[in-house]
Amino acid sequence: MNLPAVISVKLAGLLFVLIFLGLIIGFTLRGRVRTLVPRRKILAFNRLRDAIGLGVESGSRLHISIGWGGLLGIPGIGSLIGLSIAKRVAKIASISDKPPIITSGEGATAVLSRDTMQTAFRELNQEDKFDTGLGRTSGVTPFSYAAGTLPVIYDETVSATIVGGHLGSEVGLITDATQRTGGVSLTGSDNLPAQAVMFGTTHEALIGEDYYAVDAFLDGEPVHIASLQAQDILRWMLTGGILIGALLKFTGLI
Amino acid sequence: MKVPISTAIAMAFGLIVLMGYFIDIPILITLRDIFVRWAVLLMTVAVIIGIVNLVNVHWNKFTKDPGENPYSIILLVAFGLTLIVAGFFGPTSEWSLWIFNHIQMPVEQSLMAILVVVLIYSAARMFKDRFNLISVVFITTVLMMLILAVPWFGVAIPGLQGPGGIRSFIAEIPAVAGARGILIGIGLGTIATGLRVLIGADRPYGG
Repeated sequence: MNLPAVISVKLAGLLFVLIFLGLIIGFTLRGRVRTLVPRRKILAFNRLRDAIGLGVESGSRLHISIGWGGLLGIPGIGSLIGLSIAKRVAKIASISDKPPIITSGEGATAVLSRDTMQTAFRELNQEDKFDTGLGRTSGVTPFSYAAGTLPVIYDETVSATIVGGHLGSEVGLITDATQRTGGVSLTGSDNLPAQAVMFGTTHEALIGEDYYAVDAFLDGEPVHIASLQAQDILRWMLTGGILIGALLKFTGLI
Repeated sequence: MKVPISTAIAMAFGLIVLMGYFIDIPILITLRDIFVRWAVLLMTVAVIIGIVNLVNVHWNKFTKDPGENPYSIILLVAFGLTLIVAGFFGPTSEWSLWIFNHIQMPVEQSLMAILVVVLIYSAARMFKDRFNLISVVFITTVLMMLILAVPWFGVAIPGLQGPGGIRSFIAEIPAVAGARGILIGIGLGTIATGLRVLIGADRPYGG
């Protein structure tokens, strides 16, 4: 690619990001005036809310698996979503006798997961209940992470496992263990092979961008719902652009 | 004051790195590279913290109830031995590679083999628990792709295998189209999440 082409691609990228940001801010401001509701319904989130409530009532534990993606690059965003899920779930479920356990396969996300749990306890004025083992590293390679996570599911009376982060096909071992113990599993990932395995092994798999809608569905803050609406609009714009481009190419106009 | 300062730092660094990708100003590009290198360095330190945490969790489990947690002591012993061997002889020495090739690799391959069994079992369970059109399409496609992956008895069946066959059609058109659709969704979700972190709406840390 020559220099002007590189510059135009960069400008197009910047423009896209600015439009995205503008839409998110615009919808957020609108959301503060009138209530926004997500336009889509995702049944998996109802199951998740039920599982959290059931876990708190029955005194069993929730397990949140945020994968081994770390914080750098594209997998980092998957980990951030996992941490965000952990943050919201921890706030609700930390009142239980058995607070949630967060497992991760990378040091930085493990540190952040412990921080998340500590913050949840601090907000509940129960910091004395915090234990560093609630945010733990299970293993630092994909399969060692899965193997290290299995004892958590089998031995710690886990009633529901929420998988949200960057994982590969080894996620099948985690979801299978949850099924065997009679637990509920809600799964989502940014990785395509993991999504295929999740679809085949669990009832509640979040496919594609549904995984990124967790925040909007879990607590529905204006900025999260606004972000979902911006995604919907841009998806249609991109789809339209691809179709028009294909049509122009097909007719020989470009 | 802890939260606003940490949020401001995250936003400032994030914006500089993002702008460094889009705008060709030398100072921005230099700053972007420096910040990314710092991030890589911090991630490396975080790996050490992660390993210390792993050992700590298993040490606590072992000391709490030694009889009930045999795997924890196996992990601790294996960790200690690997640390001594890699530390004394070097990570690429013959002994370190022996540990990797004769313990680490076979264990991970065994887990992969178990995963195959788990996936077959899950496919059967999927038919039992979720018998609907989507499940039928999913399982049929998986079976077709597997069965047609290699020629039968060395003979490729025309129309099913090889270029122009059903298998290559599924792999090259519907599968790629579907994957691209999902990837567009993932891309949009990724940008949205990144922007929320940049404007301080999402804070994946204690604040």
